[in-house]
Amino acid sequence: MSEPLLEARDLTKSYGTVEALRGASFTAHPGEVVSLIGDNGAGKSTLVKCLSGVEQPTSGTLLFEGKPLTLHSPNDARDRGIETVFQDLAVAPDLDPAANMFLGREILKSGPLGWLGVLDKKAMRRQAAEHFTRFGATLQSIDVPIAALSGGQRQSVAVARSVAWASKLVFMDEPTAALGVVQRERVLDVIKRVRDEGIAVVLISHNMPEVLSVSDRVEVLRLGRRVARFKAADTTVEELVGAMTGALSQEDVA
Amino acid sequence: MTNEKTTLSSLSDEQRTPLIKRLTGANTLWIGLVLLLLVAVFGAIRPDAIFQVTTLQFLLAETAVLLVLSVGMTFVIITSGIDLSVGSVLVFASVSSAMAMNSVSGGDATNAGWGVIAFGLLVAVVSGAVWGLLNGLLISRAKIPPLIVTLGSFGAAQGAALLLNNGSNVSGIPDKLNRTFGSGTWFGIPNIVIVAAIVTALGALLLSTTRFGRYTYAVGSNEEAARRVGISVRGHLTKVYLLAGTLAGLAGFMGNAFFRVAVVTGHETDNLNAIAAVVLGGTSIFGGTGSVLGTVFGVFIPAVLEKGLVIIGVKEFWQPIAVAIVLVAAVWLDQTRRRARNQR
Repeated sequence: MSEPLLEARDLTKSYGTVEALRGASFTAHPGEVVSLIGDNGAGKSTLVKCLSGVEQPTSGTLLFEGKPLTLHSPNDARDRGIETVFQDLAVAPDLDPAANMFLGREILKSGPLGWLGVLDKKAMRRQAAEHFTRFGATLQSIDVPIAALSGGQRQSVAVARSVAWASKLVFMDEPTAALGVVQRERVLDVIKRVRDEGIAVVLISHNMPEVLSVSDRVEVLRLGRRVARFKAADTTVEELVGAMTGALSQEDVA
Repeated sequence: MTNEKTTLSSLSDEQRTPLIKRLTGANTLWIGLVLLLLVAVFGAIRPDAIFQVTTLQFLLAETAVLLVLSVGMTFVIITSGIDLSVGSVLVFASVSSAMAMNSVSGGDATNAGWGVIAFGLLVAVVSGAVWGLLNGLLISRAKIPPLIVTLGSFGAAQGAALLLNNGSNVSGIPDKLNRTFGSGTWFGIPNIVIVAAIVTALGALLLSTTRFGRYTYAVGSNEEAARRVGISVRGHLTKVYLLAGTLAGLAGFMGNAFFRVAVVTGHETDNLNAIAAVVLGGTSIFGGTGSVLGTVFGVFIPAVLEKGLVIIGVKEFWQPIAVAIVLVAAVWLDQTRRRARNQR
């Protein structure tokens, strides 16, 4: 297989006396969908936070394209083409989808107006419309506040925003949790399309059939450690659940 | 995907929400209509008194200072903050500017020239900016709620202003300043109103067309989301309070020009008037939405009510009651609208 895009080795993270990660490892290759699964409290969200720069691990190493990497903030990750769809979406509900998409990355007008910080709203709306179309987010209107959209549409906007900017890797923390059947299919479709563009997708999900249908590989966390790795094609829901609950273990167990 | 074509066309720029629909969906239009209605009603009852040049001039000039304060307050409230200190900062800037002009003119600046006036403007704006910066730093760095920080500077700036001149008003405002900016007019429009109008227009452009404005909305709408996309929330909040303080300083200077004296009393409720104007104008007290144009309407509604009630012979004591009812109704409407929206 190709060289890992992002590799975490023996990460630990403690919050006071609570150890959320106890030597967790993780690997993602370019152009693959890896699912990260585990029971509640297994450390999935903490691991993603450490890998996307939201939190800093207490100890352990990160390798990005083979080189050591330290992430001080989400911006560090973004600069390297790593984006995250957060479980709570993290959109500004009063801004429209285009404004949300370009939040923190606004396009300014060219010339003196741009030096004054004047926005090129038309260009942003046009590009946002293109992105949303590309990633299958159906919106009736691009200039209504996000809060006026349904939960599913909001989620589509959050997903489209992240994948639009990701050039290397996207973390998706339960991107289908609040979605109906059609929209769920659409998000899964987006995940495959992003993968086909050569970008790695890390999917966190509790839905095992969904994990098996969309992933290339599955990594299992239990009690803050990686306990198993599977090729999605060669495994079953029973095996995954076994690894999550500790009935079955492969590696990293002290 | 089969629906790709329809998606694209429904999102294209030509098919944005039609202008009319966008306008009628906005609070600003309705607030503007309320203002027009008030003017029309009072005008119909006493056209002779209302549409008099001097009445209108006076109404505008009196409102100019509050308008400048309210423009700054609009930014603050859109970030879901509040600034109670604006009136006190205005007084502090007004007193320190008048004293500074006096002290460089040997104790009395009445006959001073433009150099001294420019110095006075600088002192007013800088002293306002310093209070604004202090507010901003305490709110964004020390994470103290804006209500408490600005309640503190509300008292502190007023106290400092009283200390400066031992509690009395400062006279000696340059005649030149008063004749030009205070009582001067340009084609019948008081110059002080023109200054306020320019400040308001710049504020409106800053809020609606620039990145600074966009971040102001974003921080007020979802601070955590703004932080996650890499916006410096702390830096932005500091700048917003700095802006409000600077405008309060400018308003203090405008007050000096208009009243020919730096008054230490009479601004205790400026903060509440500015907040009322902003909220009346459709800016949400919960942050994230609002406009400077709405604030302009919000400033004039109480002012027109006050003048109008006096002119048609209703006791002016009804004015605060009328404003209170409109204000509470405005917030109630905003809240119901939000709740309905967030239930989707």
